[in-house]
Amino acid sequence: MNLVDVVLVFLGLSLLFYALFGGADLGGGIMELFLSKDTREDERALITHAMAPVWEANHVWLILAVVILFMGFPRVYTEASTYLHLPLMALLVGIVARGCAFTFRYYDTSRTYRRTYTRIFAYSSLWTAFFLGVLGASSVAGLIHPKAMTYGELFLDPWLNPFCISLGLFTASFCTMLAAIFLVGEADDIDLTRILRRKAKITLLVTSFLAPVPLVMAHLMNRPIFEMIRDHRPSLLFFVLAILLIPCVWISLNRSIWTTWARALSVMLVGSIILSWFMAQYPTALFYAGDSGQPSLSFQEAAAPPATLRVLVGGLVVGSLCIFPALAYLFRIFKWETLDEERRYKP
Amino acid sequence: MTDLLAARSQMALSLGFHIIFAAVGIAMPFLMSIAHYRYLKTRRPEYRVLTKAWSKTVAIFFAVGAVSGTALSFELGLLWPGFMIHAGPIIGMPFSWEGAAFFLEAIFIGIFLYGWKRLPERSHWLSGVMVGISGVASGFFVICANGWMNSPAGFDWNGGEPINIDPWAAMFNDAALGQGVHMIIASFQAVGFAFAGVHALLYLRWKHPVHHEAMKIAFFVGAIAAIIQPISGDLLAKGVAQRQPIKLAAMEGHFETEKGAPLLLGGLPNVETRRTDYALPIPKALSFLAFGDFNAEVKGLNDFPRDLWPPVVITHIAFQIMIGIGTLMALVSVLGLFWLWKKPQNFLRPLWLKLLVLMSPLGLIAIEAGWVVTEVGRQPWVIYGYLKTADALTPRPGIVYTFILYTAIYIALTLVVYQLVRRQISTLQQDLGQPQDKETQP
Repeated sequence: MNLVDVVLVFLGLSLLFYALFGGADLGGGIMELFLSKDTREDERALITHAMAPVWEANHVWLILAVVILFMGFPRVYTEASTYLHLPLMALLVGIVARGCAFTFRYYDTSRTYRRTYTRIFAYSSLWTAFFLGVLGASSVAGLIHPKAMTYGELFLDPWLNPFCISLGLFTASFCTMLAAIFLVGEADDIDLTRILRRKAKITLLVTSFLAPVPLVMAHLMNRPIFEMIRDHRPSLLFFVLAILLIPCVWISLNRSIWTTWARALSVMLVGSIILSWFMAQYPTALFYAGDSGQPSLSFQEAAAPPATLRVLVGGLVVGSLCIFPALAYLFRIFKWETLDEERRYKP
Repeated sequence: MTDLLAARSQMALSLGFHIIFAAVGIAMPFLMSIAHYRYLKTRRPEYRVLTKAWSKTVAIFFAVGAVSGTALSFELGLLWPGFMIHAGPIIGMPFSWEGAAFFLEAIFIGIFLYGWKRLPERSHWLSGVMVGISGVASGFFVICANGWMNSPAGFDWNGGEPINIDPWAAMFNDAALGQGVHMIIASFQAVGFAFAGVHALLYLRWKHPVHHEAMKIAFFVGAIAAIIQPISGDLLAKGVAQRQPIKLAAMEGHFETEKGAPLLLGGLPNVETRRTDYALPIPKALSFLAFGDFNAEVKGLNDFPRDLWPPVVITHIAFQIMIGIGTLMALVSVLGLFWLWKKPQNFLRPLWLKLLVLMSPLGLIAIEAGWVVTEVGRQPWVIYGYLKTADALTPRPGIVYTFILYTAIYIALTLVVYQLVRRQISTLQQDLGQPQDKETQP
């Protein structure tokens, strides 16, 4: 394993954790678009309660990934931010809008404003999750065309296509599924738990049905995404694992004592999908269009000099040693301790 | 508007917006922790109310700072890929450390804000302090990266490509320590004065003793910082005189190289006639301040090619604003600290309170002015002496539209945060209720 691969492991982990935890937070926002009539306020309170202490820490995984990218693989970062600047900008608007709206809603005392923030939070969560998926997809879509002449070919085609859009929708869907399944364990009211469990199952179904769509779209666009998964052994392994996990998650959602299992299995499910993608993409960072006359950009080519990679790895190891204990403490306080009503925090 | 101007404006706007939230994120957790400490010592409920009120401010400003900071980490590439492709490997290290420090900050802020009933009191208090410490650290690391743009180190430039990269030398460049310390002190100074002013206003209106306590805490922190700041500023300016003589010349509106150069107070530089008009000169003071010698030679702008001049008028005026405000704040701080020590009753005088109210935005204005000095004063370079800002610009078209979009977002956010803080203050009034009987008032 060379230095580039070590850095890639950290990059992959950051993205994986962002997809799982940041993704669940995005999904929490999306769930607010589908609140049940009778339990509207309870569900919203539960989502807020579950997210408030941890969402900022979960969000930092994305920043970490960006920093690793621009320090370790500057060419990937600069090429992506040139040819994919439109979806990136859209993502940023979404991130700013939802983070602010969530915090403002929590601290604002005016009801009217709170309603506005709620709407912004919910829609911008959907928007952000969608564009995250679009961006991920556009790195493998193979439509980046640095030599193209027109604006459309240069800046729209790489991401504005059926494959990327369907993967964006799929991302939004699995984020919602994660949120729904995580929330099942957070609720302490029986009715609410029942409703959330039903929602978790619906999102699992929707996610399962949406999953093949990007592959079909890629096939129709003559883009061998499925072949890439098939031809990389580890990727295929995770792909199969993901398929096998779908019924397991479904079954674990049937009994309340299996809630912890449902959480763990859903994390494994989404994790397998993400890892399958990473393995299929490795070692290429950005796929360029076949007729662009430019070979695709590999991580190896894009990597910074070894001196930089060494201090990056050193920093990441030391940083992990500081962050993980603190993060474990945070989650232990807020996620693994059941509390009576008295000790619940209130806005 | 050209693409370059649009990109520079967008970057200036984003940084100018973010820097306020970052400064609050650096200094405010400490004010909060002092109030919290007082509560734990005295058990007076007002301190608890105050701690909670300040912690909400921290939460709001941290969240906005976090998302606007995320936007910045992407904007560097969206606007300046020509800079990032070279700078990323050289100066990525402080950014990655900043990421780690920021991570800790986000974790501890979650623990502090929601841990009131879940943690032992001491751990809870400590988590608040940790928010501040990691905030200071992350601020310092980012400034290290900015220092490198002013004082590049840790690489050799080989025909437009950096080679022999040494990230350690790059991070600990000559400007890093001076700039970092200056910015952190500025945060405490600006935030201390801002909150002293807000609570002075509230005290004038509501006469609740808690506002008086809050004002004293905030003023004390701000005043200490304001008194140290001129020393840090002087050291930094001496460094600029060595490293970036042209920036110093623009800051001072100094055109003609001379020995025993005068310090120009105020004035308006005229780049056509190459003179600074309407200024008040203090003989030999610039030579002394820049080099510690009244007869030292200070290089003027005329010694440099015209196309390497930064925008002189902006740099000079921004510098004058920063220096003027800094001097005023230092003087007021000395007076205030003396009163706090010897004549605390003066702290209740309406005139003094009104002065603090008037001064509350000054520190933040000085921070903005200081950033203009360092960023505009470095132009036309983005990596001083190596890479021009124009050559770092993204090739994509239509930057002016994203500039408009960002401007709209930041204006909206500013208004919303302002409204939010106002409503927070009225809630604070309800929580506090009416002041108790007059005797308990300090």
